[in-house]
Amino acid sequence: MKRLILSAATGLTLMSSAAVAQTEITLWHAMGGALGESVNALAEGFNASQSDYVITPVFKGTYEETLTAGIAAFRAGEQPNIIQVFDAGAATVIAAQGATVPVQDLMEANGVNFDIEDYISGVRYFYADSDGKMIGMPFNSSSPIMYYNVQALEAAGVTPPVTWEEFQDVTAPALVEAGYIPLAQSHLPWIFTENFHSRHNLPFATNNNGYDGLDTEILVNNPAIRAHFTALRDWQERGFFEWYGTGWGDNQTPFEEGKVAIWLGSSGSFGGLSQLDLPFDFSAGFLPYWEAVTTSPTQSFIGGASLFAMAGKSDAENAATAAFFDYLASPEVQYVWHRDTGYVPITNAAYELAKAEGHYERFPAAEVGIQQLSLPSGENTRGYRMGFYVQIRDVMNREYGRILTGETSVEDAFNTIETEANELLARFAQTQG
Amino acid sequence: MKRALFSNIWLPVALLLPQLVIIAVFFYWPAGYAVQSSFYLQDPFGFGSTFVGTGNYESLFRNNEYLKIANFTLWFTVIVTFFSLAIALILAVKADRVIRGAKTYRTLLMWVYAVAPPVAGFIAVIMFNQSWGPLTEFFALFGYRFQVGVNFNDTAFAMILTSIWKQVPVNFIFFLSGLQSIPRSVREAALIDNRSASGRFWTVTFPLLAPTGFFLLIINITYALFDTFGIVDTVVKGEPGNNPMTLVYKVYVDGFRGNDLGGSSAQSVVLMALVLALTFVQFRLVERRIHYT
Repeated sequence: MKRLILSAATGLTLMSSAAVAQTEITLWHAMGGALGESVNALAEGFNASQSDYVITPVFKGTYEETLTAGIAAFRAGEQPNIIQVFDAGAATVIAAQGATVPVQDLMEANGVNFDIEDYISGVRYFYADSDGKMIGMPFNSSSPIMYYNVQALEAAGVTPPVTWEEFQDVTAPALVEAGYIPLAQSHLPWIFTENFHSRHNLPFATNNNGYDGLDTEILVNNPAIRAHFTALRDWQERGFFEWYGTGWGDNQTPFEEGKVAIWLGSSGSFGGLSQLDLPFDFSAGFLPYWEAVTTSPTQSFIGGASLFAMAGKSDAENAATAAFFDYLASPEVQYVWHRDTGYVPITNAAYELAKAEGHYERFPAAEVGIQQLSLPSGENTRGYRMGFYVQIRDVMNREYGRILTGETSVEDAFNTIETEANELLARFAQTQG
Repeated sequence: MKRALFSNIWLPVALLLPQLVIIAVFFYWPAGYAVQSSFYLQDPFGFGSTFVGTGNYESLFRNNEYLKIANFTLWFTVIVTFFSLAIALILAVKADRVIRGAKTYRTLLMWVYAVAPPVAGFIAVIMFNQSWGPLTEFFALFGYRFQVGVNFNDTAFAMILTSIWKQVPVNFIFFLSGLQSIPRSVREAALIDNRSASGRFWTVTFPLLAPTGFFLLIINITYALFDTFGIVDTVVKGEPGNNPMTLVYKVYVDGFRGNDLGGSSAQSVVLMALVLALTFVQFRLVERRIHYT
């Protein structure tokens, strides 16, 4: 009996000393539902892969809520080691130098092999500073792509449209004839504004899309995009396009129900769609472009979010964070993440692995996002960096909604967006004073 | 009037202290901080800030959108307050007369009180779902395509309806207890003097209910201005877009979604001034004319 107690006590001591030796770090993220489970699996995989570090993922709500929680925690000195920040919030967190440790510095300081060229070209520089140094580690990277109902297109006797001209003249009339609503989309600022500029290689803002300075002005009020929204309004009246409000799901549901034939969503929607028992087969293609604007369309911006290492942590904890980032970027981990969620693999090695595993032979649609991000780049396709961009998106959503409900004209809407966005940008520049 | 006197000054101070501390920490300190922040444009992480004087206020009142939201909030408050009070009053007067099954009837009217605003908003989202919402289908019977989240007026209607539905039970409880506290002798005397039920209501019952009604008026204005936040947030699904929103929701959108601390603080200060004005009206202008005993 005594022996048993003794051995139990020894066991406990051993366990606790092991726990003391482990460095604990936390990750705040915005991945709910099935995506959240994938994040938990990722963390468990990391914890099981080595014995020095333990990471604890914490779900903090939407992207906006996660960022706000991180900011409040930072001001109180209680920040997590890693925080997930979405594309539109990147400017806020990158402008606040001193809030984060650039991922590139973190990796180099901890002796982790890091080469920015390992990352696929569409992902590489979005979360980098103007010198091309990577600040945030790309995590769940997505791209807006075109999903379509295979049977609907067959019934209408058309192929997936490559250009908007083709959609307007061939695809949409045939789909209407076949009894479908041809087109819906889930995020007007992301798909029809930011990526509209990227796909057509149009400048989106001054200062190299905002990367080179704070005195940036938005260039959203241009003839190409005005023509696009004029066309959208026209399509809406002819029954080629339907808008179900600002909410993402409200626009995706009619596609899932088989009412809408073509839906523009995220490459990250792939995982969710394939788990559903849809009454039709779906596939995907590139985001169409206007031939009238360009004959050599370029890649889209990377969407989704990245992970930032927050400042003010001990060297031991930073070493743990670097180890986690290293684990995250490994081809095997990236492949599993890509396969389960539909987000694009962030490194070339992971992409090659997914090809070698035959993932795209089984699911051709899963490759569309990364292919679109690997299209030729242009001087305006790297990304954009604008402060108070969440509010700028809110302004766009508001004005686009008014265009599509007939409350305002395309010209007035874009004038308002330009004025209000530039006011917000000027205000953001002042916050950095 | 009786007056209690404490021989030692420290005892009342000690008794009051916890309350004063709570008010200072949770009200005066943040309020003071909001006033201070409203004069700055501040990096959300707290690194940089620029003193802009009244710049945040000026850009607020120059902004057409802000004025539109203020206008919507005004109408929203008037409509929600009026209908919440009117419907509750009718129900209370009717419930007061019911003898058989009175308890069941009252409980049925009151239970909605327990529903939290976000849950009420969620119920609205379900009822008005664009694809299969029962109320959407009801409107479709009349050939009207009701689209919450797309059409401004439809969304406003859903918000107002839900806010009223949620508030009626609170008012009902107060009106009912108000009615039951009117002395029986008064009612009987009125019954002899006036044969018309509506006449009795307007000349006797209604004036005697005035203290309750006035108290509820203030409570309901505050409710419509502030407590409907959860309903607005759920109905617009966190993405206001072209949908209506109230002033307090705008504070949240700019401050907590957009991280514009200066602009959002200025909006809070405007709301604070509004509440102060409301309190002033309550105590100086109206309370004098109403007799509670």
